[in-house]
Amino acid sequence: MSDARAAILARLRSSGSGGPLPDLDTAVLERRHWSAAERVQRLRQGMASVHTEFLEARPEDWPAVLRAFCEREGLRTLLFGPATEAGHRLVEAMAGSPTALRPYDAPVETFKTELFQSVDAGFTTTVGGVAETGGLLLEPGPREPRLLSLVPPLHLALLPTSTLHDTLWSAIRALGWGQAPPPNALMISGPSKTADIEQTLAYGVHGPKRLVVILVHDLPGTPA
Amino acid sequence: MHGETDMNEGGPSGRFAPSASPLVHPHGVTERSPATPSDPSFRASATRALGDAQLRANFRRAMDGLMAKRAAQFPDPGDLQALRDLGTAVRARSLLRLPELLEQLEASCARNGIRVHWAETCDQANAIVLGLLKAKGATRVVKGKSMVSEEMHLNAFLEAHGIESLESDLGEYIIQLDHETPSHIIMPAIHKNKGQIARQFSQKIKDATYTEDVDELTALARKVLRQKFLEADAGLSGVNFAVAETGTLCLVENEGNGRMSTHVPPLHIAVMGLEKVVARLEDVAPLYALLTRSATGQPATTYLNLISGPRAKDEMDGPREVHLVILDNGRSRIYGDPQLQATLRCIRCGACMNHCPVYTRVGGHAYEAVYPGPIGTILTPQMEGVGRRHDLIHGSSLCGACSEVCPVEIPIPDILVRLRREATHADAGSKVAGKGTGQTMTEDLAWRAWAAVLKRPRLYRLSAWFATRFRGLIPGGMPLLKAWTMSRTTPLPAPRSLQERIRKGGLPHV
Repeated sequence: MSDARAAILARLRSSGSGGPLPDLDTAVLERRHWSAAERVQRLRQGMASVHTEFLEARPEDWPAVLRAFCEREGLRTLLFGPATEAGHRLVEAMAGSPTALRPYDAPVETFKTELFQSVDAGFTTTVGGVAETGGLLLEPGPREPRLLSLVPPLHLALLPTSTLHDTLWSAIRALGWGQAPPPNALMISGPSKTADIEQTLAYGVHGPKRLVVILVHDLPGTPA
Repeated sequence: MHGETDMNEGGPSGRFAPSASPLVHPHGVTERSPATPSDPSFRASATRALGDAQLRANFRRAMDGLMAKRAAQFPDPGDLQALRDLGTAVRARSLLRLPELLEQLEASCARNGIRVHWAETCDQANAIVLGLLKAKGATRVVKGKSMVSEEMHLNAFLEAHGIESLESDLGEYIIQLDHETPSHIIMPAIHKNKGQIARQFSQKIKDATYTEDVDELTALARKVLRQKFLEADAGLSGVNFAVAETGTLCLVENEGNGRMSTHVPPLHIAVMGLEKVVARLEDVAPLYALLTRSATGQPATTYLNLISGPRAKDEMDGPREVHLVILDNGRSRIYGDPQLQATLRCIRCGACMNHCPVYTRVGGHAYEAVYPGPIGTILTPQMEGVGRRHDLIHGSSLCGACSEVCPVEIPIPDILVRLRREATHADAGSKVAGKGTGQTMTEDLAWRAWAAVLKRPRLYRLSAWFATRFRGLIPGGMPLLKAWTMSRTTPLPAPRSLQERIRKGGLPHV
């Protein structure tokens, strides 16, 4: 189809379209700044409004908070990425728990049916959050596969409060996604939802039915 | 609905004429052939839709809700205008550099392991998709929502080649069950109410019991579709924005079916119109902010999915191959006109539909086009020909609500006026598809007669004498006048012409 390529580009070039590029005035994005405490507040408010649930934790006790949640909810299996630091701490904390930890350490083809049918929850870390609208930023990859935050009906995500950005715009710049994008990057604001039937909001259509954020208060001076 | 034709080259207007052979008037005016079932007619469909109380209620409720939700997301008019200006500038800059950005996108994608294919026509795009599927022996495809794939009539094409192509967006799934087309570009099943969907699910989904509970209906679809995601050989999606610098495909969604379609099957094929490219990843931020707020009144969707490559060597999941099909289908011709190029700024939010008094009353199907509503009234005729879709360019009151809410400030009414003019009298050097083919014999004769009378004072006075003396005898049902009298009383000329009155009584002192 290289003929098509040449023909299309030739037509576009022959249009004589050109001239000075209009300026980009990004002031409307730049003036959105919040204090660290306000960022947490905004994120929580934004995400809670679309049914995201929150667990409060400190850097030293989040694995215990997570374990207590899993057992309270009666989760049988929790899928996780074993190669992350958070994964190591999870293994330690979950020893002897009725919730079985299932490492995602083999190609999905080896357990696709199990993944779709018998995993209760998936645990992931995040690379940050967005305060303005309320969202988690994820970089799925070798250590935390793409389907970990998508296929299990419950998604548990670890979010340190020190990693919040003001806006999506500032987050993209800070994380360097515009220079070296990971093969997959995500912003997630809540559990999967739809309003395709009569504009009535329904949660849990294809992706997770619940999103639970473990908010780790790691900013100096913030109460847990 | 209609066959795909090669619409990429601005050629003689005749090639855009309706499929039925046009009748050629001795004066060279192409008469539009009488409407046949295969010919789209907005007027006829709109008239039918206006008589459907249920349909009108469904749309009225939905559009009122969407307008209120959008307004709530833009509380500060100053911020809204600043954001619109930024979004418009981002899109305008992308279009000004379009050929080089497309080449850069191709190179960046190649670097990331995404293969890029180019298609001038829908036929070519369909053939590319089929070829990719066949190479992998794929027979089961799950689809994320894609308007370009609607443009290609991809589902019908794949089904004809023995490949199951299943829509997984809930709204698209609902209409696919009934073999319908989307009535709105964001909410494809907006024309149906839950009772209609409940009946449909209970009849068409195995082991389903009748329920009007929206959560239960959603759960039913989830169960069916998760099995389909699990089994699918390939996933197909559209693209909201493609980033030239990084080779990133951005998908905006709430349901997760887009992520399922692009990450679960071993093969992912994305299709996009060639205008979707932006220069940098950070350009996506203002466009995303405008898109979600304008479309559904949400500050953000559930998922923003940025795909910059297939499964890496050390990854456990993700597609083994990612392909991007870039479709022209008339866009490069639209691009060639400085005024009409603004059509290509569109980010497909649907706000113009939600705010359109015409769309709200007749719904999306009446337009008999892939893209309904205000954006459809300028995009469809430019793709299919202004003569063939003459009905659409007149399907607007030019009230301007669409351009007032458009997040990228597309001057839809101005473009409509331009297309109305070009439909009958092509501008010099015009590249508009089907230019000059929208004239009818009656209209042409009427204008000729009008010109003849105005050029001859005696004939004019004679006509005026007859029109005033026999003013009560003007048949309201006569051609041209009928369009007016259909819903209004027949206009009555004055008993005497102004000329006569002045000659007789002189000019009154004002």
